[in-house]
Amino acid sequence: MDGFRAFLRKLKFMIKKELLATIKDPRTRTILFLPVIMQTMLFGYAATFNLDEVQYACLDQSRSKYSTELIAKMEGSGVFRRVQTLNSTSEIAEAIDSDVAMLVVNIPADFADKLVAGERAEVQVITDGRNSSTSGIAAGYVNSIVADYNARRNGGRILETETIAWYNPNLITRWMFLPALIPMMSLSQVLMLAGLSVAREREQGTFDQLLVTPIEPSIILIGKAISPILIGLIQATFALIIMCVWFEIKVVGSLFTLYLVLLVFLLSCVGIGLSISAVSANMQQVMVYCFMAMMPLSLLSGVTTPVRNMPQVLQYFTLANPLRFATEAVRRIFLEGSSLATVAYALVPMLLIAGITLPVAGWFFRNKL
Amino acid sequence: MTGKNVIISKNICKSFIDKRSKKEIVALENINIGIPHGRLTALIGPDGAGKTTFIRMVCGLLVPSSGSLEVLGMDVLAEPQAVQDRISYMPQRFGLYEDLTVMENMVLYADLHNVPQGERQARFARLLHMTGLAQFTESLAGKLSGGMKQKLGLACTLVRAPELLVLDEPTVGVDPLSRRELWEILQQLVKDDELTVLVSTAYMDEADLCSKVIIFNEGKLLAEDTPENLREYLHPPKEVAFTGVRSLPDKFVIEVRNLVRKFGDFVAVDDVSFQVREGEIFGLLGPNGAGKTTTFRMLCGLLPASSGYLAVAGLDLRTARTQARANIGYVAQKFSLYPTLTVDENMNFYGGVYGLDDERLRERMAAVKEQFDMAELSDKEAGELPGGYKQRLSMAVALLHEPRIIFLDEPTSGIDPVARRNFWKQITALAAEGKTIIITTHFMEEAEYCDRIMIQDQGRMLALGTPKEIREQAGVASDDMNEAFIAIVEKSRGEKEV
Repeated sequence: MDGFRAFLRKLKFMIKKELLATIKDPRTRTILFLPVIMQTMLFGYAATFNLDEVQYACLDQSRSKYSTELIAKMEGSGVFRRVQTLNSTSEIAEAIDSDVAMLVVNIPADFADKLVAGERAEVQVITDGRNSSTSGIAAGYVNSIVADYNARRNGGRILETETIAWYNPNLITRWMFLPALIPMMSLSQVLMLAGLSVAREREQGTFDQLLVTPIEPSIILIGKAISPILIGLIQATFALIIMCVWFEIKVVGSLFTLYLVLLVFLLSCVGIGLSISAVSANMQQVMVYCFMAMMPLSLLSGVTTPVRNMPQVLQYFTLANPLRFATEAVRRIFLEGSSLATVAYALVPMLLIAGITLPVAGWFFRNKL
Repeated sequence: MTGKNVIISKNICKSFIDKRSKKEIVALENINIGIPHGRLTALIGPDGAGKTTFIRMVCGLLVPSSGSLEVLGMDVLAEPQAVQDRISYMPQRFGLYEDLTVMENMVLYADLHNVPQGERQARFARLLHMTGLAQFTESLAGKLSGGMKQKLGLACTLVRAPELLVLDEPTVGVDPLSRRELWEILQQLVKDDELTVLVSTAYMDEADLCSKVIIFNEGKLLAEDTPENLREYLHPPKEVAFTGVRSLPDKFVIEVRNLVRKFGDFVAVDDVSFQVREGEIFGLLGPNGAGKTTTFRMLCGLLPASSGYLAVAGLDLRTARTQARANIGYVAQKFSLYPTLTVDENMNFYGGVYGLDDERLRERMAAVKEQFDMAELSDKEAGELPGGYKQRLSMAVALLHEPRIIFLDEPTSGIDPVARRNFWKQITALAAEGKTIIITTHFMEEAEYCDRIMIQDQGRMLALGTPKEIREQAGVASDDMNEAFIAIVEKSRGEKEV
């Protein structure tokens, strides 16, 4: 019991020192809160797939009542804004190439005749494939307007699909992105903080001074892990507040579950960070390794593109990525209101990663030359 | 030409504004000196005396606050580039490319200085011969020893023939053997090429090798004369710490038997055995790369031994590293407490991890602050303390938990002679209390303060005994420890080659 009390006492001193050293270092102090606010705001506004306005060019060769009706329908939707009116097919290429329009609607001369004859009439939509996702979305908008027009003309609705997006009824990209931002941001920050903390001590020579004390390696490890986790949780809270207050996204699930997931996730991040730190000789190396790790971790996480769309091989890789599971779990808690039991599966791989990386880091502290 | 001054400094002043305190710091005050052509001139003074500031101004890298400075007949303030084209400057940390070989470094510097291809071969050959690097041209610069790196730095500085050579503390942290070789090169350059050389140094004994000595202290010119006339200042009467040999108890606190440490194929410490008694001051001496740091790190438990027996305070370091560490205090060569934490925060932390309870921690903190005269500095950031105080803080922290053994790694490098003398007074007082002191140093005269010293070279133990015994073993008549050291190392290297 006394041994345990002594252990806790030493740990208390270690954690206090770690927090002091992080907060007092002007270099780390600046990365504590500013990036959180900046990234949350940027992601909230900039990262969006929603097209509020489609700038398009119109080539109406039919010049009929029907074609005017269709165009009026498009422009009446509030999404399509005509930026150019073309007179011949030869002008199409120029409109797209010059980036003036992202989409050209070409209504052929026989459009009205075919409709009157009861034949199938065609409308050509040319999109700018240089940005495949926006052009896809814009083309989708045209499709739905055309479908609507068809239904009206046929005098009734024969078959209609009605899409309801659960958990995000208006399909606002921000709702999908911002919750995922919390783990992603925590990952980059905590990886750096944990990574730099040992490397900084090595560079300053303080690590040797620490190693000659009778302090147990486990205390160093726990002390070095807890301080970045605490900072990570505070940063997450910061981001959470901005999301709820500024962007008005509601957390449907319980905050307790959310924080539990974040805690386990941060544990695995710290494990990776400390392992990077343990094998690096200096702070510069830590930075390089961290950037090298960040890229695949975020690409293979499902933050921006769904894991399900990746090739099977890459999907296997995502199983070793704590960010993938954290993103999944956080989104579900945030938007679905999933209970702890439903997201518990995501905790297992994260705990495994922490369980491997932390002891590895601890071993390296002592045994690296 | 000899006798004409190539550097003429008139009323040179320089002050800086300290960024944190916003106070003005005077680095140099009214410096009036002349440096003669074709001679070797030494600029001497403790750290912070203004040596580097003056040298950087001579090279046109710093602008004086007031006064005039003429170098090679030109006004440095008006035409710094013209001056730089005709001088060679070797800063304290010369920029060698560690991943390039010796030859590649030289070629690179020759390219940078536009040395014509035709002149290179002869010049390189001479420089390599002079610096003794001829057989190492294909070695990576990063793999060279400290002394050899300095010599390569000098060779790179001299790839073009300058009219004035300026060196900023080229011998700092270099072992006595390499130091002597560096000075021989400089003297040869002055003799053969009539080169004018200005060297700054913190070693008083090096001044004897120059024809003119300039002494700076706290930004002021203290003296400007020949070494003969400055004998009093350069060689103050020695204070002998002990008269005779102290009687020490026959209790060993450190036992080392057949200690070996290998890094791959390289044997850094080769079969070393010795014992240290309680209350003894034990010095580890050796050139750079001799294995003394490796030995030292193994004793502190920072590095596991490859083989051999190693016990500290009666505890085997293989089995009881953590417990053994509770008995030792450690002061690293480089200041290694947390610079952003205050004095009290540092003490609090180290006291805490050494397991002192609140009451004892308070008591000990007050006691060591009293002992090292730093009670007023409690709330100062450790990194902001002046050099001497950093040293004291490191000592204070190492003594917080009242260890039986204190390890000091080159504690006196980079502090001025007065502070060094005070430091040794404290060390001898600690030893008198019964604390065991293990110390490494490259100041040979400091070996006199030790009860016993061990000299290492190339991993092997060459000599072990009292300073007197070592001198006798070396067969040196004078009481100069420097000579004894060089004699022992050279003798052993000579035997090895035969």
